[in-house]
Amino acid sequence: MYRYDNYDQRIVDERVAQYRDQTRRYLAGELSEDEFRPLRLQNGLYIQRHAPMLRVAIPYGLLASRQLRKLAEIARKYDRGYAHFSTRQNCQFNWPKLEDTPDILAELASVEMHAIQTSGNCIRNITTDQFAGVAPDEVVDPRALAEILRQWSTFHPEFAALPRKFKIAVNGAQSDRAVVRVHDIGLEFLRNDAGELVVKVWVGGGLGRTPIIGQVIHEALPWKHVITYCEAILRVYNRYGRRDNLYKARIKILVKALGIEEFKRQVEEEWAFWKDGPSTVTQAELDRVSAHFRPPAYEKLADCDPDFNDKAATNPAFAAWLKRCTHPHKVPGYRAVTLSLKKTGIAPGDATAEQMEIVANLADRYSFGELRVSHEQNLILADVKLSDLFDVWQTARAAGLATPNIGLLTDIVCCPGGDFCSLANAKSIPIAQAIQERFDNLDFLFDLGEIELNISGCMNSCGHHHVGHIGILGVDKDGSEWYQISLGGQQGNEATIGSVIGRAFAAADVPDVISKIISVFVEHREGDEKFIDVVRRIGLDPFKARVYGTPAVAPKKELANV
Amino acid sequence: MSNLIKHGAVVEDNWTLVRYPAVEEAVQKQAGKVVQFKLTGTEAASPELIAQVQIPAGRAIVPLAVFRARKDELAARIAAGEIGVWLESFELVEDLVAAVGDVNTLPLIAYDFPKFVDGRGFSAAVLLRTRYGYKNELRAIGDVLRDSLYFMQRCGFDAYQIRADRSAEDALASLRDFSEPYQASVAEPQPLWRRHARA
Repeated sequence: MYRYDNYDQRIVDERVAQYRDQTRRYLAGELSEDEFRPLRLQNGLYIQRHAPMLRVAIPYGLLASRQLRKLAEIARKYDRGYAHFSTRQNCQFNWPKLEDTPDILAELASVEMHAIQTSGNCIRNITTDQFAGVAPDEVVDPRALAEILRQWSTFHPEFAALPRKFKIAVNGAQSDRAVVRVHDIGLEFLRNDAGELVVKVWVGGGLGRTPIIGQVIHEALPWKHVITYCEAILRVYNRYGRRDNLYKARIKILVKALGIEEFKRQVEEEWAFWKDGPSTVTQAELDRVSAHFRPPAYEKLADCDPDFNDKAATNPAFAAWLKRCTHPHKVPGYRAVTLSLKKTGIAPGDATAEQMEIVANLADRYSFGELRVSHEQNLILADVKLSDLFDVWQTARAAGLATPNIGLLTDIVCCPGGDFCSLANAKSIPIAQAIQERFDNLDFLFDLGEIELNISGCMNSCGHHHVGHIGILGVDKDGSEWYQISLGGQQGNEATIGSVIGRAFAAADVPDVISKIISVFVEHREGDEKFIDVVRRIGLDPFKARVYGTPAVAPKKELANV
Repeated sequence: MSNLIKHGAVVEDNWTLVRYPAVEEAVQKQAGKVVQFKLTGTEAASPELIAQVQIPAGRAIVPLAVFRARKDELAARIAAGEIGVWLESFELVEDLVAAVGDVNTLPLIAYDFPKFVDGRGFSAAVLLRTRYGYKNELRAIGDVLRDSLYFMQRCGFDAYQIRADRSAEDALASLRDFSEPYQASVAEPQPLWRRHARA
């Protein structure tokens, strides 16, 4: 993975000094609350319900074991012994003291980590596929360009005070695991007919209050222009994006207001001035950064191991885990492993300091000392030998990290919600836990197959409910918490925004509603059909009828409304 | 005592900044709605207000709308290099260029930051310094606080009117917050990888 040189290290060290002084000035009353807010936010510090929350950047989700150990140490020393992994592949501490945050940042800097631009109206942490570099369907390893973009976006002076936050995701695989289509800018790396590396550029996607699937602004941008083209997009946005209304300030609103054709015209006109300028990425720079992402020293193995086959055949629990928690690898004899942070009874994405240390040890022993964070809030060991899987499973199981539910109904994506977040309208973690308890029977879960259930505690949509097959959104009605259910959302290449099925429910009713939805699915399912395919095929009406007990709006009336 | 930083030092300010008479804001508030956002390119100030603006003798920085409407009246002073122009956050650099032709005929351009979190001025500075080749003083005015200075400097500002309740002397340190930035900017047109051989 990328290792800092002196320049990278100096930037994070200088950031710690700058932030330390900003915090000092705030505590001394030299900076007002309003003045300190954007400064601390650009360093990942929120003031939450109970305490500040510090969000640490994990660039494109990649972590070294020593970095994870440092996160565990910080969790023990400055927090309550655990941390939360977020849907943006970052790591959050829920209980630090404001006064301690400069020291925490100094500790992070000692292992080449920081909290730069993890919040605020600036370019945020760049996210990607958790299987980058190992996925069999990968066309281009996106990590080197993600790192080049990370450096470009870090303290970019022109884009330090945008109308609103700005999220970039990159993907280099056939299957879009980075959900580039719901980002402000989505970059899909691919090869053109001549074999050259090009970028398909998506713009104006996003979840939040107004979920919108992004549109293609460039079909095949030569890779060396990726910075100048992103700058042109950001410059148009910085100048013309709305600043009068927080809820209409994202780039998606500007793109919708202008239309993609006009927006593209403005971007291309701007880009013409900068194309081929000094920010054009050179082959030498791509090579330099790519050298940090060379494949590790894989052994030459057969893609089959008799002892492993034996264990898989005789141990059903191990077999279940293999089915759900291991993933194909481009190198024969290796698999990627997902360590589930979705055990029933634990807030999705939470890991204790002990668990983090166990995972760090597993990474050192079995996966070249590295791991990844997925946007589904699990941890990944990307390079495990077939012959080591049984040992990894046993250790992970003992640590509560081997729930074989990846991709299943209980692998719930969930924001911290009203228990922690001051933005939330409603709690989300207890809803996730109630659903996990309701569907605790693993055999039944396996039978149901792949179902993505995402929960957000408010319209900001950190839990990505819009793209869940089943989405749950916490809403506030007259001061009490209600939950709106949507169906048919989807991430990936066919990214789709789900549709709300009707009026919201009280928290206690949510597990019953999910049960009813599942029963409709089971009744209509043909063979091994997936949940999302059944929803596509039969539409929402059968689900609405079961959930609300009356037929949904009659088609006639719908027509009349048109 | 001046609160102006120019070329890295606190200096005397020999310009007078001419703002619109304060009545304007009161009128907006009485209308029951504070207008924070105006579509770029719209005329914010009314012709009456523009006419009311008093321009003192000596060097004066006037609003772009005043400059445009009263160019003839100011012609001699413009020729003498006594008139600078300031832009509101919603005004476009292109409008200034249309009004003056060659921006380098102006000795000073200022850009107003209504709130320090409004970054439109960063792009305006970049455009002035690059596309339009502006070489004279570019001053940040309004809600200018020390934690923005490093960014402003890199975008091409070279003068900063620090908000009156803050110390310009203290703010000087923030110009040096970082020593080797990653990306290209007006202040450093080459990105780090072109400036230095990296490991």
